[in-house]
Amino acid sequence: MVDVKLWAGLVPLADNQQTVTVEAGTVRELLRQLGDRYPGLREPIKNEVAVVMDGTIYRNDWSVELPENAEVFLIRRLAGG
Amino acid sequence: MNFDPTYRSQKFRSVGTRPRRPDGIDKVTGRARYGADFNMPGQLVGRILRSPHAHARIVRIDTARAEAVKGVKAIVTASDLPDLTNGNQSLFNILDNCMARSKVLYDGHAVAAVAAIDANAAKQALKLIEVEYEVLPHVVDVDAAMLPDAPLIDKTLFTGGVEPTPETPSNVALRSEFGHGDIESGFAQADIVVERSYRTEQTHQGYIEPHACVASCNSDGTAELWVCTQGHFVFRQTCADLLGLDVSKLRVTSSEIGGGFGGKTHVWVEPVALALSRKAGRPVKLVMSREEVFRASGPTSATSIDVKIGARKDGTITAAAANLRYTNGPYADIWAELGAMTSFACYDLENVKTVGFEVLVNRPKVAAYRAPSAPMAAFAVESTIDELAQELGMDPVEFRIQNAASEGTKSSYGPVYGPIGIGPTLEAAQSHPHVKAPLGPNQGRGMACGFWFNFGGQTCTDLNVNVDGTVTLAVGTVDVGGSRASLSLIAAEELGIAYEDVKAVVADTATLGYNDMTDGSRGTFSSSMATISAARNAIGVMRHRAALQWDIPVEDVTWEDGNAKASGEKYGNLSPLSIKEIAAASGNTGGPIAGHSEMVADGAGVSFATHICDVEVDPETGSTRIVRYTVIQDAGKAVHPAYVEGQYQGGAAQGIGWALNEEYIYGEDGRLQNPGFLDYRIPVCSDLPMIDTQILEIPNPNHPYGVRGVGETSIVPPLAAIANAISNAVGIRMTHIPMSPPRILAALNRERNQ
Repeated sequence: MVDVKLWAGLVPLADNQQTVTVEAGTVRELLRQLGDRYPGLREPIKNEVAVVMDGTIYRNDWSVELPENAEVFLIRRLAGG
Repeated sequence: MNFDPTYRSQKFRSVGTRPRRPDGIDKVTGRARYGADFNMPGQLVGRILRSPHAHARIVRIDTARAEAVKGVKAIVTASDLPDLTNGNQSLFNILDNCMARSKVLYDGHAVAAVAAIDANAAKQALKLIEVEYEVLPHVVDVDAAMLPDAPLIDKTLFTGGVEPTPETPSNVALRSEFGHGDIESGFAQADIVVERSYRTEQTHQGYIEPHACVASCNSDGTAELWVCTQGHFVFRQTCADLLGLDVSKLRVTSSEIGGGFGGKTHVWVEPVALALSRKAGRPVKLVMSREEVFRASGPTSATSIDVKIGARKDGTITAAAANLRYTNGPYADIWAELGAMTSFACYDLENVKTVGFEVLVNRPKVAAYRAPSAPMAAFAVESTIDELAQELGMDPVEFRIQNAASEGTKSSYGPVYGPIGIGPTLEAAQSHPHVKAPLGPNQGRGMACGFWFNFGGQTCTDLNVNVDGTVTLAVGTVDVGGSRASLSLIAAEELGIAYEDVKAVVADTATLGYNDMTDGSRGTFSSSMATISAARNAIGVMRHRAALQWDIPVEDVTWEDGNAKASGEKYGNLSPLSIKEIAAASGNTGGPIAGHSEMVADGAGVSFATHICDVEVDPETGSTRIVRYTVIQDAGKAVHPAYVEGQYQGGAAQGIGWALNEEYIYGEDGRLQNPGFLDYRIPVCSDLPMIDTQILEIPNPNHPYGVRGVGETSIVPPLAAIANAISNAVGIRMTHIPMSPPRILAALNRERNQ
């Protein structure tokens, strides 16, 4: 089980939950479950989110495995210069 | 593809050296081909007609007289760029920005474009295009735009991120909030609270090369685009989407790039050039003038920021808060949100809250500018931190060390940090001779910290071993900061050959798989990971070829120092086969030798820097001279240290210009008054001292060599470091960037008259 914390912009799309618990082994499974449970999240998950796992930001690699007790945070996909 | 990006400690032979840059000769002799240096047979000259109004409805456009001008081959307006965006708001905004549809939203917004046989005919035609405007009230100031009675840029816009959604429209597109703890309780625990409001004016990236492209659409539906860009694959996708082209039929080649700094991550004229070419049936070259670059490409935000920080007498920060208002231009984006995320990222805070407001104004669409949005937030926060240290009677470095984030700190933007480098940069500053050097009359010293996220992205690389044993490396990330040299070093290191035997090129979109842009400090980070992977794949092929030559099992062949070696005593008589020998025999051992890699390079790791600055302020004129400047930043592993130093120095130089002089100045009519380098002053060599650098190397655990991105973080601390230095020099807290001579003189005169 993983506790996924959502950035404030996603909270209204997830029945106002700031933290959602899912059973997932990879980032892909995690995002799929979030989308299944809260359809409003499907659109931002497509291209607006990045996943922070134990402090490291992942923008594309949804195959990354979620370590036991990992801290997982969904943040806005960032722009850079 | 199985590639393990985990860091492995190793001794380097090529990485860490400083060979000559492969693009140097071409650039200093003028042979390098930039955006405007490409030509095609039958090419036409493109020019764009731009709005003289900050905000107006387009009532009518009549191009008949212009079309009659001899030599004019095509004129396009919004009707030639139909809306194919299918409800995608951000794509529609790009389309509307490239060519205004129902309204012009800023001074310089494109309304029509001409392609003609020469510049004279094009200019003559522009003058004959009749545009009838209904001028509307405008607003360019960020705080004024938030007032209830402000002119509305978009009457259908209701502020997002607030519950319940407002019932009336406004120019505030989005509210975002970050933080944790209870700031009211935190401030109640504070012995001293400092609260200030700050402003920063809009600045441009100031790249020396204006936007330029040559577009050629053919009657069979194929098209070519030669363009100065930070991301030709992204440009291909955007242009194909906007013009309804098949992605495979649009071939985009990136030119050399005379600076980008985020401003060339976005299309401005390229879809227009393609539309002109499609209509004219001939190639079209479109080059922006410097005035057009200022008026109609993407500068950074102007901001208005309130900061409040409280601390106990022992130097522990108890609470920190910031409200950040960022201009977005006329289209909503997330610039204030980035400022809100980065504001307090350097610190370990129990109670913190930041709120960002995206504000629409009648200015050009904001684009990324090197660590976008972070420098302004750092200016406000680091100025307040400095003032708080003074109020506490603490050394500013020591105060920051005491409150610095470290591994396990819950960041102000949410996640808990892994291993990070803010502490080491501060400790290096504390022991740097710069902080102990004496200061002269009218001089002051300041320091500041900065943070940026960094990221990686989709990356594809080909490595070809030629028959003479030299190597051609084809990458898809545009070289904006010397990555061809760095990637050649990486390939040489991995293969065990000389740097001079590797030639890196940036491949076009038809010859390599998709690559994300060069942004987020990702060029060397991402493409080096892909290069290592491609080289290891090529080594696998060469081991196989050597095994064939020797007629032994491939498992018995190892790769060492550029040679295949047969392992085991039974092969004692076999001399190693060099890469040259294996390449020479390749025609009879299976054909060409290559290594390919496609990957997502993720795990870039966040980045921190600490800057120290000495200034001298002339009390008679308010003019500031930078006396000494030191940049300390973690590079993970500096692949080509001279380039890393160049990035550190470049970021500091741009920050110095931003801090002291650069500023978009609008008249009452909402028109930009200084769209040129005479009136918008960027630093020149004589304005700057030699900028000292100190490279820290704390390996990134998510890269095989420990590499981190280094391109952006160095622009984050300068505004604050210089503001702190000037404030210390003149004894007045400076809260408005740029701290130009008139602004400093006004502050000095106010103080003298009190």
